[in-house]
Order: sequence, then structure tokens, then C-alpha cells
Amino acid sequence: MSELLELTAAEAIERIASGELSSDEYWDAYREAASGDELNAYLWHAAEESPVDEGAADRELRGAPIAVKDIFCTNGVVTTAGSRILEHNEPLYDAGAITRLREAGARILGKTNMDEFAMGSSNENSAYGDVLNPWDRSRVPGGSSGGSAAAVAGRLAPWAIGTDTGGSIRQPASLCGIVGMKPTYGAVSRYGMIAFASSLDQCGPLTRDVTDAAILLRAIEGRDHCDSTSVGIEGGVALPSREDLKGLSFGVPRELAGDAEGMESGVRANFERTLALVEELGGEVSETELPHAPHGISAYYVLAPAEASANLARYDGVRFGLRTAADDLTEMYESTRRDGFGAEVKRRIMLGTYSLASGYYDAYYGRAQRVRTKIAEDFDTAFERFDYIVTPTSPTVAFELGERTGDPLAMYMSDYCTVPMPLAGIPAISIPSGLARPDGGGPKLPVGFQIAGPAFSESGMLDVAYALERAIGFDSRPPSNGSAR
Amino acid sequence: MIDREQVLHVAKLARLRLTDEEVDRMAGELSGILEHVEHISELDLDDVEPTAHVIELENVLRPDKPRPSWPREDVLGLAPDAADGAFRVPSPQA
Repeated sequence: MSELLELTAAEAIERIASGELSSDEYWDAYREAASGDELNAYLWHAAEESPVDEGAADRELRGAPIAVKDIFCTNGVVTTAGSRILEHNEPLYDAGAITRLREAGARILGKTNMDEFAMGSSNENSAYGDVLNPWDRSRVPGGSSGGSAAAVAGRLAPWAIGTDTGGSIRQPASLCGIVGMKPTYGAVSRYGMIAFASSLDQCGPLTRDVTDAAILLRAIEGRDHCDSTSVGIEGGVALPSREDLKGLSFGVPRELAGDAEGMESGVRANFERTLALVEELGGEVSETELPHAPHGISAYYVLAPAEASANLARYDGVRFGLRTAADDLTEMYESTRRDGFGAEVKRRIMLGTYSLASGYYDAYYGRAQRVRTKIAEDFDTAFERFDYIVTPTSPTVAFELGERTGDPLAMYMSDYCTVPMPLAGIPAISIPSGLARPDGGGPKLPVGFQIAGPAFSESGMLDVAYALERAIGFDSRPPSNGSAR
Repeated sequence: MIDREQVLHVAKLARLRLTDEEVDRMAGELSGILEHVEHISELDLDDVEPTAHVIELENVLRPDKPRPSWPREDVLGLAPDAADGAFRVPSPQA
């Protein structure tokens, strides 16, 4: 049984297709694993009596189980977005990405825990408890797609989808030692994906290896008439096969690497070693600059909360979700939102409302939108010289539960290297590049290597990640007792 | 930078009811975050166009054909309170 859990999704699908493995046996192995979840990765998982889609095993993904972040609406299955305000919310429809997955023959294994409304970098903002990192259960899995990352790394799901607004796929993938990809804005439908910051939110895969990421992205990308910003990936997604990096150039932006504040020494050393591997594979590596990238966090923490404050206005106790009874309408709104939202969500609604208020709009929101333009221009300039930009994914390895909860700004800095890409709308992937100890000592924990490319360069980026993955040879199995040494 | 009074004003705009303790904490936390954000005021951005959206999009049009929506009773079934085929809320002027 446990051997089945070690297969990549691609390997299992191949075995099912050849008749070596039955789709139901594979499903049952994961259903059992999910029901023994000790990481609090799942908010809901399929039960034995859950209805099965009979035709799934004949389609491309052969009935393979998949975990989906609880931000995706699933028909008739509670969808909370990690929030108390949606505790009993049972959507009437499937999100666009869920429909694509079902059509491709995937079966929904479970809904994964997450930071409330995807606001967080540690999964400590969930209304339903912390998720534990399978590498060391005293540490965070990252966020906001922390449940998806922990489930995939912890062998509770073969693969998963999450959402990334400022790093919410790539950072938890990095902290849990798996692959996480944020596609180009518009590649995947946002229909039925509970909105946080609509101009930044994007759905993407969290997987054990690069091939699985390609297969999953291929299944979910595409235009959806229910999301007018979705365009799909022209030409589709090719399966990666590249074995070297000859003829490709890689820019290392000093602002997000050598000069980055708060980057741990172990992460730096691992990044340098990975760059040496890029060169060994024939890639050309040089230093470059993204002068406005250090302002990414500032711009992001104006723009994302501003959009969130508007998006979350819909939770008013009228049409769905929680209501706290009151005699007066305004009092009902205020009491419902007081009881339904957690501390971080309130903080961001306040921040967003403040920066959009008259008198502050130009100083904050208007300026942040201009910084966004400069960040996108920096990338354009860099991509004139380089095929790809590479950085560490997270400045640190997984930190301890509770370590940053008292300091919102320190938590926000977790996204330092991942925030500029969504601001520019471009795709980026994080692959595990080895292990390092945190500064100040501790167990060896996964480090992520981030590759960013121009808009819609997903196929090429996956090819690069694939070649590098083979050269790195990372063993993605966490220590069996969840206490890394 | 942000005082209690401003916090209360913004909370009112956002329809959030905060406890006294939350108001104090929020004043400190928001001030800290905005102090960091203030760094963007040092940049020269005079001739820079703002970006609201990264992908250049054209409007997508489809034929304006009626099609079935969700049944009213299913939608009302999600509501905390419904009556007479509508969402029921407390009176605005109670």
C-alpha cells in the first residue's frame, strides 16, 4: 500500500493505463491515507460512500485522486476558504478548474486547509487550525496553500491545486520540498475560485515532480467563458523532456538574491550550489537587476488588501454564509463580519479600506499601481537579455509555528522573492533544490529554487525545471516521523 | 501615524466592529505596515502609467441568449434567512 503512495501521479496513471494497477485501488490507498491525516492538511476528504464518477478511469487522468485547496467551489461539498464566515457554505456549482479536472478524469480526494481567504504565509490564519509541516511538525508548511503543500509532501495526496496571489503556491511548495507553479495570469480560469485579489490570483499545481506539474497544468489551463480574464495557454503545455540547459541564459537579480535582506545563509549556499548546477548543464548565468523588485512587498500590501476589501464586502450575512442576528441591518452586517472574519483578514480589510479612502488614494493605491508598472518593466528589460530569471523561492526554510504571528510585517517578508512575479503577471515555478539548516540551528529542511519566465513561457520553463530537477536529484520523502534532523 | 479615531472611521467604512483592544492593536499594526509602504513615496513615478491589470484584454461578447439559471429555491436555501421567495434581513431603521 505505502509503495503506491510513493509513485508520482504520472507513474500511477501509466500503471492504470497499462492495466497494472486499478484506478479504484489507487483511489482507496489515498482515501485511507487522507483519513489518517495527522497534519490537519484536510478540511474535508472523501468517505468510502462518496459517489464516484464511473467514467473517470477511462479518461486522461485515469481517476487519479487530487487534493484541492478549499478556495475552489465544489458542488455540494462544503467550501470554507479557511474562514468561519463560510463554515457551512455548500456551493451550487464547481469552479472552472474543478470542472476541467473532472473532465480530465481526476477525482476530488479532499479539500485542503489554507490561510483564511488565502491571506497568509504560514497557514496559521486558518479558522480551522494550523497545518503541520511533514518535515518537522513543529514548523509551518508555508501558506496560503499550506494544506495542499503538506498533503502532497506528506503522502496524503499525489498532487494538488492551490492558488497564488503573492507566493501562495511557490512558498509553501518550497517549505515542504515539492514543486509549485504559478502560471501566467489568465492561463487558468478563476471562475468559482473565491476571490482575494482578482488582478493577481491564479490557480496552479503543487506536485512531487516537474512532470506531474506539466500534466496537471495541461489539464486545468484553458479559456473559460465564465471568466473573461482567462485566455488559456496558446499551444497548450508540452511534457518536459530537456536534459541540458545549453544555449539558455539565466539572470540572477541581485535584489532578490545576493542583496536580499533576511536571507538565511543556508538558503544562500544552496542557491549558489544550484546556480553551479545550471552552469554544469550548459546554462549561462549572470547577475542582473530588477531595481524596483524591493518595492514589491510595499506595492503588494497596498494593492492586494485594496482589492480584498472590495471582494470581501460580499460577506454581509445576507445571501450565504454566517449571520449573527441583530435588530438593525447595519448592526447585523457589523456583527456578522466581526464574528466571521479572523484577525489577519480584518487587518487587510482595514488596510485596503484605508488606502482606498478619499485623501489617501493617490498616496497609496495610485502610487502602488505605478510601482507595479515599474516592476513589470524591470522584468521586460531583463527578459531582453535573459531567457529566465532565477532566485531563491523563500528567504528562509520553514519557520517554527508561532515564530512570526506577532509581527505581521515579518510574516509579509516571507513573500519577498515571490511577490514581484504576480505583480507582473508572469509565470514562475519553485522546485526543491536541497536541504539547509535554519540560521541559529535546527533540522535540515527543504529549500526552493525559483525560475521565472516571460508571460506564457510555461512549456519552456517546465523543460528547464525538468533538466535541473534531474541534476539536483532531490529526495522528496520527508523523514517518516516528521522530525527532520 | 494612524490613531484610534482613524481606525474607528475606517472600521465603520468597512462595516467591521472592533473591540477596544482590537482598535489599539490595529492602530499600531497598520502604522507599522504603512511606514514600510511609505518607501514607495521616495520613487519618482510622475510619468508612469498605473497598472490595474497585467493582461491586455479585449471585451468578450457572446450572443445574448436566455439560459436557465439556478433554481430560486436552491439559491435561497443557502441564505441565513429567506421568506416569500426573497432574502430576509432586519429592518434598516430598527
